[in-house]
Amino acid sequence: MRHLMNPLDFTVEELDKLFDLAQDIEQNPAKYAHACAGKIMATCFYEPSTRTRLSFESAMTRLGGQVIGFSDAASSSAAKGESVSDTIRVISCYADICAMRHPKEGAPMVAAEKATIPVINAGDGGHQHPTQTLTDLLTIRSLSGDIKNFTIGLCGDLKFGRTVHSLINALVRYEGINFIFISPEELRIPDYITDMLKEKDIPFREVMSLENVMPELDFLYMTRVQKERFFNEEDYIRLKDFYILDTTKMALAKEDMLVLHPLPRVNEISVEVDNDPRAAYFKQAQYGVYVRMALILTLLNITVG
Amino acid sequence: MLNVGKIEEGFVLDHIEAGKSLSLYEHLQLDKLDCTVAIIKNAKSNKLGKKDILKVECDIDKLDLDVLAFLDHNITVNVIKNGEIVEKKDLVLPKMIKNVIKCHNPRCITSIEQELPHIFYLSEGGKDVYRCKYCEEKYSEHAKK
Repeated sequence: MRHLMNPLDFTVEELDKLFDLAQDIEQNPAKYAHACAGKIMATCFYEPSTRTRLSFESAMTRLGGQVIGFSDAASSSAAKGESVSDTIRVISCYADICAMRHPKEGAPMVAAEKATIPVINAGDGGHQHPTQTLTDLLTIRSLSGDIKNFTIGLCGDLKFGRTVHSLINALVRYEGINFIFISPEELRIPDYITDMLKEKDIPFREVMSLENVMPELDFLYMTRVQKERFFNEEDYIRLKDFYILDTTKMALAKEDMLVLHPLPRVNEISVEVDNDPRAAYFKQAQYGVYVRMALILTLLNITVG
Repeated sequence: MLNVGKIEEGFVLDHIEAGKSLSLYEHLQLDKLDCTVAIIKNAKSNKLGKKDILKVECDIDKLDLDVLAFLDHNITVNVIKNGEIVEKKDLVLPKMIKNVIKCHNPRCITSIEQELPHIFYLSEGGKDVYRCKYCEEKYSEHAKK
């Protein structure tokens, strides 16, 4: 039985198969409409995350399965003091697969150790959010045909943004990726990541100006400066508007550059950019459903002929 | 001068930092072994000034000494058979350590699930860096029990 805790749990070859399946689902949705009939997914969300939870629920429902679960710790047995280990043992009796989000880092791994059903990490604190990384990779592959030989700019909060860290760790396994890290000094990419890139001899640059590097980019991955990561309101206010992607900046970019964002967006991408054909962030949310559908089928060992 | 006799079979752990022998006694779980143990504190040492020594008379396969490399890599491990030193063991950092140090990351699941063991893995590349199995937070010295 397999679980998904970290985007690197799957080899590049396994990810290729997963993405092939996701793309087949996109092209032939009817073929998969009853693939999970009779199966139940438990969405155990110990902290609210409407987008991720609904994406999982949409994925399972589109496969013909059903969903049970809770959407915050207050409405779960955790409020009564039950441990994750005990909860998952019980959930294993009720469902065939579980997607778990928890504010404590490593909680889904504890669940996976005790579960008798596959567990998917749907985000554990500031640690991992593997299905977001799979979504990002599938979006890149679907929209550009492959995951290799491109320059990606990652912009915004590169210090605390776990989606950025996970995406970099996943992309270094592919050929010819060139990274440009665009951030204010206070939100620079952590040293352990730049050390890893140096060790692997992977090209990267750290810059502060988004405008200067726009013409070089094949992908621009924007991130939100998250208020909850700051202890000091003043710092947050100063940094939140550091980068705002607007049509003036988009005019500097290549015609086929694509803009990605894990969403939700606050104001880092101006709404006027939404109409630009290069804005791929809403398509990205759609790919999130396809990749979760492919993941559910893979972990449940269900093949559709 | 206090004299502690020779042992026939077992280990002599020498050059332990003075005052640390009792903590090593606990980490090696010597209290659970039915064997003779001599704890020598503050012995004179040319190298360290003062040192502790542990003499453990037991079957040499009975003890897992890897954890010593993590706790104090200066320790000399002498393996004794028939009253003689037959080997000076090289200490290798263990790939995994369990319940020796605690994860002090307040966001880690080990902070709320009481029964969970505190497990740390040696980072790939053997850089002497240990990371928590659950949250992957790097071990730092202040976290040592």
